[in-house]
Amino acid sequence: MTPTSVPTTRRTFAILAGLAIIAAACSGSDDTATEGAESSAPAPDTAAPPSEASTSPDTATPEITDQVEPDETITLVAYDSFPDADTSLNDALEGFTADTGIGVDLLIAGDTGTMLAKAALTVGNPEGDVMFGIDNTFLSRAINDGIFEEAASPISADLPSELTAASPDGLVVPVDFGDVCINYDIGWFDEAGIAPPSGLDDLIDTAYADLLVVQNPATSSPGLAFLLATIDEFGEDGWQDYWSALAANGVEVLDGWTDAYYGSFTWAGGGARPLVVSYGSSPPAEVIFADPARTDAPTAVVESTCFRQVEFAGVLTGTEHPVEAALLLDYLVGEMFQSELALNLFVYPSNPAVALPQEFIDFAVVPEAPRAIDPDLIEANRSDWIDEWTSIVLG
Amino acid sequence: MNPINALPRRVLAALGVAPVVALLMFFFWPTATLLARAIDTEALSSTFGRRGTWNVVWFTLWQAVVSTVVTLALGLAPAYVVARFEFTGRRLLVAVLTAVFVMPTVVMGAAFLALLPDSLDRTAWAVIGAHVVFNLAVVVRTVGVFWERLPADIESAAATLGASPWRVFTTITLPLLRPALLATASIVFVFTFTSFGVVRVLGAPGTRTIEVEVWRRATQLGEIGEAAVLSILQLAVLGATLGWSSLAQRRHSRALDLEPAAVRRRARTGIEKRRVGLVSVTTALVCVAPLTALAARSFSTPSGWSTAAWTRLGRTEVRPGIRLGLDPIAALGNSVENAAWATLFAVLFGAIASLAIAASRRGGRMLDIGLMLPLGTSAVTIGFGMLITFDQAPFDWRAEWWLVPVGHALVATPFVVRTAVGVLRSVDPDLQAAATTLGASPTRAWLAIVVPFLWRPLAVGAALAAAVSLGEFGATSFLSRSGGETIPIAIEQLVGRTGSLLQAQGYALATMLAAITILLVVVVDSTGQMQQRTPPTRLDALPVDQTGRR
Repeated sequence: MTPTSVPTTRRTFAILAGLAIIAAACSGSDDTATEGAESSAPAPDTAAPPSEASTSPDTATPEITDQVEPDETITLVAYDSFPDADTSLNDALEGFTADTGIGVDLLIAGDTGTMLAKAALTVGNPEGDVMFGIDNTFLSRAINDGIFEEAASPISADLPSELTAASPDGLVVPVDFGDVCINYDIGWFDEAGIAPPSGLDDLIDTAYADLLVVQNPATSSPGLAFLLATIDEFGEDGWQDYWSALAANGVEVLDGWTDAYYGSFTWAGGGARPLVVSYGSSPPAEVIFADPARTDAPTAVVESTCFRQVEFAGVLTGTEHPVEAALLLDYLVGEMFQSELALNLFVYPSNPAVALPQEFIDFAVVPEAPRAIDPDLIEANRSDWIDEWTSIVLG
Repeated sequence: MNPINALPRRVLAALGVAPVVALLMFFFWPTATLLARAIDTEALSSTFGRRGTWNVVWFTLWQAVVSTVVTLALGLAPAYVVARFEFTGRRLLVAVLTAVFVMPTVVMGAAFLALLPDSLDRTAWAVIGAHVVFNLAVVVRTVGVFWERLPADIESAAATLGASPWRVFTTITLPLLRPALLATASIVFVFTFTSFGVVRVLGAPGTRTIEVEVWRRATQLGEIGEAAVLSILQLAVLGATLGWSSLAQRRHSRALDLEPAAVRRRARTGIEKRRVGLVSVTTALVCVAPLTALAARSFSTPSGWSTAAWTRLGRTEVRPGIRLGLDPIAALGNSVENAAWATLFAVLFGAIASLAIAASRRGGRMLDIGLMLPLGTSAVTIGFGMLITFDQAPFDWRAEWWLVPVGHALVATPFVVRTAVGVLRSVDPDLQAAATTLGASPTRAWLAIVVPFLWRPLAVGAALAAAVSLGEFGATSFLSRSGGETIPIAIEQLVGRTGSLLQAQGYALATMLAAITILLVVVVDSTGQMQQRTPPTRLDALPVDQTGRR
């Protein structure tokens, strides 16, 4: 739409004048905003000096804490499953402010893929300072796109090497992990008198025909994780045959987790299929969020089908608060915050010093040898694998 | 011939400025910024070289055409009944239709699946069926507001001269309705062409519209360049269709003695009563069924019925020590606040734009199409465009609260414009001529004659705009947010997690959203009715040529 196509010059002039007025108004309002920010920022005498007030010795080294601007507020960017407010996880974030005097704003950026796409578009001028929740299927892209910069101070927590392996130089820090596994409806298998499947191979057995519902890896993150589990099992040249057999055995494919779990799974939605791709933490969630309350899990996972998802956090490239951001990053793997992750995000804390809640001990399985694929390999092949999968399964 | 041509160019230009500037600022600039940055030759060649691209384009096009035609055909009966007859529950029926229109597709799709026979689940026909039901409100409202003002005397004359009701409808009513029909067709077409949630929930796995494919490329695969190319392709196809429709709409619009207020009466004869009853009951059933299925799911758990989702909706502590982090009342507050601002922006710009469009020729047509474009541009493209455009002083707005209602207004304004322009174009120019003859300046005549015709379409447009915002359509779902969820987002969060209680609570919230929408539409509708009482007295004082125009 070009204003020049409007015939009268007078109209064009009016449009330009309007633009000028709007531009002036906007820059005006922006000035006042900045002034406000400037005048409120340097007020050191009224604020409690953060370095002295900090009673927690493990937060950071003293010389780093000395550089922290009092009353500074930084922004934590997270995916949309992260609670907005009101939970113990949010309280734990406030604990960071109590420790350091640095405020934390939470910015919810959408699902993980959307969050990453936005970060990639805003490299150097990020929407926030620290990002929480890039998982291993997206990690390579995030690193290649340069969305993370090195943290200004080291991480004090001692994290297991199998979690830090994906980022050996410490550019990003593993904050939690979880698994995507085949879940089954215990009651359905009891009633049918069939044993639940014990592994991926069982799923192409005619005894389990028409019992499985999965998500489309093109549109769903657990769907992609399950595809990756099969690639891990059968190899880059063998998974295609497995999926042809799955398709022949009547696997149902739906676009998203909600449709599959609540629409087609026998337990949760009254659907017809007792096997569904879901999370390793779904069984404890079924107990915790049950109505009416229950003491045993109605579902369980097939352990050997589990694909490990590790989520990472890092400092966003171009942050204006590198020192404060590094402190927050360290806090995210500290015990205070880590101990709240399980019951709020239904993931396992990456910090091994943190105890698990009872429901997780009772009803969740942490696979001994979860499946995993190198993030670089995932990134290099994701698009091709998905296209290939689509032509095999959806024809 | 231009109906309200009498407006001086100066006034016309002044009218056009605000909507043009807003459109340039909040749509063209961000969209162009993103496209310019993302598109390269590699993205072009890989997108056009892929066979899948053309499958997606073909599916998008044919399902949109079929959806639009069926929606229009089926929507005429309820539009007629609602526009022409007064009956108990009329407003409620319109409100329920609108509620169906705004429901988040995640829950509505699930409700729809529960009602469909299994053989139709996840087929193109399920998608088209859902499109028809969801968009009935658009037909009933935008055609209805025109239809209710069509003078009934031409039809009566034809009937008196012996024409059968069918003949009256096809030779008199339908041609008169044509501008409104085309306007509605274009909006339904855009909506179904860019369909996202319905296709994802109800479509066969792997079937995608261009909108879904843009989203998938940009967010799941990180191929922003290919997403941008597809986004342009989407715009090109739509632009061509809309350009044609806008031309056709102007060609067919003619001055009519539109009644200043809706002409509605109670059904008189037995056959009329039966007709009104049949149509309104069928329509109500079609809309109420999914809403009921939705409400039912809020009481359903794997082990029977329960009211826990409702009784514990506001309670943040699910189990001792476990809180949900979701406050439905706060989400409701956020949604309503956003909707209020979005409606204000949309009505303001929509009203001004409609007056300018109706009064001008070429520039008006350009503005008309321009205003429709945000509706037809992929939400990811606009959202990401805003993100990378409004990121530097003095335009560092990406974190501003008002960008969300502005984004909603971008999508909602076309509803206001489409409803208003058809009515405005058909205002009899003789009225204005008469006023000028009686000594009014052209501007004053325009103020006194044309502007009053705006109130009713504005009220209808406002209700749709508020509904669009409550339903969180468009680019804003791709803006980052801080400081709380809106209802649709809270619903998606709830049904996206494991746990029967959370699932039921999602449906409880959806039921609340439906109830609020119904209430809102009833209220806005009745204020619109009250406002339109004022202008007729002024109009009646002027000599009106009852026979001069076709």
